[in-house]
Amino acid sequence: MKNDVILEAVDVVKHFGDGGGWLSRSPVVQAVDGVSLQVRRGETFAIVGESGCGKSTLARLLLRLLTPTSGKVMFDGHEISGTKGAALKKLRGDMQFIFQDPFSSLNPRMTIGKLVGEPLEVHAPDLSAQERRDKVAELLRKVGLRPEHAGRYPHEFSGGQRQRIGIARALASGPKLVIGDEPVSALDVSVQAQVINLLGDLSRDLGLTLVIIAHDLGVIRHMSDRVAVMYLGRIVESGPTAEVYAKPRHPYTQALLASIPSMGGKPEDHKANVLGEMPSPSAPPPGCRFHTRCPFAQAKCKTDTPVLSAAESDDHRVACHFWDTLDTSAPLAATTQQSKAAEARFALYRAATEGGTVTHKTQQTTERT
Amino acid sequence: MDTSGAVIDRTDQSGLDDVLVLKDLVLRFRGQENDVVDGVSLTVRKGEVLCVVGESGCGKSVTAMALMGLLPKESARISSGNLTIGVDHFDLSKDALPNEMRGNTVAMIFQEPMTSLNPAFRIGDQIGEAVLRHRGGTRAEALARAEEMLTRVGIANPSQRLHEYPHQLSGGMRQRVMIAMALANDPSILIADEPTTALDVTIQAQILDLIRDLRDETGMGTIMITHDLGVVAEIADSVAVMYGGQVVEQGPVAEVFNNPQHPYTIGLMSAMPRLDQPGGRLAIVPGTVPTIANMPEGCRFRSRCAFATPTCASRPALADIADGHAVACHYAPLEDHVAVSA
Ligand SMILES: Nc1ncnc2c1ncn2[C@@H]1O[C@H](COP(=O)(O)OP(=O)(O)OP(=O)(O)O)[C@@H](O)[C@H]1O
Ligand SMILES: Nc1ncnc2c1ncn2[C@@H]1O[C@H](COP(=O)(O)OP(=O)(O)O)[C@@H](O)[C@H]1O
Ligand code: SF4
Ligand code: SF4
Ligand SMILES: [Mg+2]
Ligand SMILES: [Mg+2]
Repeated sequence: MKNDVILEAVDVVKHFGDGGGWLSRSPVVQAVDGVSLQVRRGETFAIVGESGCGKSTLARLLLRLLTPTSGKVMFDGHEISGTKGAALKKLRGDMQFIFQDPFSSLNPRMTIGKLVGEPLEVHAPDLSAQERRDKVAELLRKVGLRPEHAGRYPHEFSGGQRQRIGIARALASGPKLVIGDEPVSALDVSVQAQVINLLGDLSRDLGLTLVIIAHDLGVIRHMSDRVAVMYLGRIVESGPTAEVYAKPRHPYTQALLASIPSMGGKPEDHKANVLGEMPSPSAPPPGCRFHTRCPFAQAKCKTDTPVLSAAESDDHRVACHFWDTLDTSAPLAATTQQSKAAEARFALYRAATEGGTVTHKTQQTTERT
Repeated sequence: MDTSGAVIDRTDQSGLDDVLVLKDLVLRFRGQENDVVDGVSLTVRKGEVLCVVGESGCGKSVTAMALMGLLPKESARISSGNLTIGVDHFDLSKDALPNEMRGNTVAMIFQEPMTSLNPAFRIGDQIGEAVLRHRGGTRAEALARAEEMLTRVGIANPSQRLHEYPHQLSGGMRQRVMIAMALANDPSILIADEPTTALDVTIQAQILDLIRDLRDETGMGTIMITHDLGVVAEIADSVAVMYGGQVVEQGPVAEVFNNPQHPYTIGLMSAMPRLDQPGGRLAIVPGTVPTIANMPEGCRFRSRCAFATPTCASRPALADIADGHAVACHYAPLEDHVAVSA
């Protein structure tokens, strides 16, 4: 359904250093080169790819923090590249951003209350001081912090807590859509899980649409409904996350999935299967941009650009000339061979950390040798 | 080799295959009231990879730096620690690893290659210099060795790369160069501190393959530091899980992953988003790591552990629960000691 789509990119291009004059002497960086995508209302949409493939640039284009070289971005049915004044202010309220680095994205001299309250001053100027304080308290509670934290400064908080503050700040304007550029990448696993759960809860409870950029394929599998895989400025495959992971159709997607080190798999399953590194976006290879690393490349791949088009289903799209003749099934990690006792232990752990009551059968440790 | 005062004992050990044994490392930094590394013991066997895994700040790098004798003497105080490398013994509270072993018998690579590569010198000269320092010989021989090493770590056009500067290489290539430099003198032990953390997964897979191949070829013992349990599963023979400066669980990797015992290990494994168990809520480790000053007495995991009791205010010993699998928890195995009701 067409009106299902909240955010859409149509053939968006962003080339840096393309402006003529002095700059034209340095090579043009083709950071994003013809990306089309549709994000549906209420879903969590993920964008994945290697460093430098253009994810952050795409995020900034979607947020209208950058103007595309060509192509257009539509939010809620309106093209946003020309948006100005009051309409832009409203757009900024509707679409918010969470940064990767919780350490540098918060002004160290502002209290938490100020940081979270600031967007309210812009987007809800009619609130009284008391109403604003109440709203800040409510936001802090929503992200798992305490209202008392409002008087403290960012340095008094851990990385995970700072990321929660960033999320509270993003939620303050009551956005319809939140884009997170690597929102959990800087966090340790144990804290990362807390923030992933929080984002999941928020998207469900507030009906938020989330666009998550990440390089961790486990995080994406866990969080997203649909995924787009980027390589060197282009989307090479997109579709429902479960389907893309189970039946990757693009050789690059397959390579990414096969490269993930994971518990349970055998090392042989994860041997590096693409060689070399991603070429520079200022000198992308002609034809299929992946052909310099693709184990299946043929003559045609060096000259003809494959178009992203329907493969497995209308919704599962791939940009490869030969997707239907290749064996690109991914060796997904097998489950670990846990004993019954270990399974029981995991169940105890989960029950205990989710609010269960723990009783000790023994008071003292039994001596072990 | 020079037998300086640092070598205190040369009696043979029973574990013939042990290339590195560290016993009871304890250290703190000036001005701190608590030890950042609190009784860490590790054993590395010939041809094996020992992974040290834990979250940031748990003391992995500091442990590695202490092994290498690279901690700043003014600010770090080692109060205990016995290191055995082959037949040489060192009391780290008194002496550091002698210079002639560092970069020779024991080599180290870091997360950010630029910490060991000098931006001002060509790749070939840097590797050559490391060779000359420990092996002597002519400059031409050293350069030939450098080229041989670049080939070995899978760098294309090595004779041309020798003449390039670090900034002309990609991140993955720099990491290969650093590995080439570390291995140029055939160390018996390689310490790798998060060597793939800054790399993309496809490049990480290449570097892990390389380390595996080199381990098989050279029989070196490797200590690999990582925070990624996936990397551990991929490359480790044995694993030591650290929390708050202590080893809380260790053993053969299959045993620890299939039969984890410490609540922190179980928590870490449960918190990791899995490809094979998508969706739903992840189990978490509640709270955050306390600062060193606020580490609880006894079991340092106590402030975040759902199973803690007053008993846990006394430190649980790291004790064997099965052959070679040790855990430091008063209530292991959990299922024998606790019940949880909704
Ligand atoms: N303002 C700019 N001027 C010139 N080049 C730029 C600019 N911003 C980004 N680039 C280049 O565009 C390409 C894509 O960058 P981008 O930051 O979007 O990558 P990314 O996928 O987010 O990478 P990472 O995973 O490392 O964050 C890179 O080659 C980058 O160097
Ligand atoms: N030179 C130093 N001076 C004071 N504290 C330090 C120093 N180096 C590390 N630390 C502290 O020691 C602890 C362990 O750090 P580190 O070993 O680097 O952790 P990681 O496990 O992430 O490698 C941290 O609390 C860190 O802040
Ligand atoms: S189009 Fe050719 S080079 Fe590109 S992914 Fe498909 S097979 Fe590989
Ligand atoms: S000793 Fe106590 S606090 Fe420590 S892990 Fe075991 S149950 Fe938890
Ligand atoms: Mg980025
Ligand atoms: Mg470290």
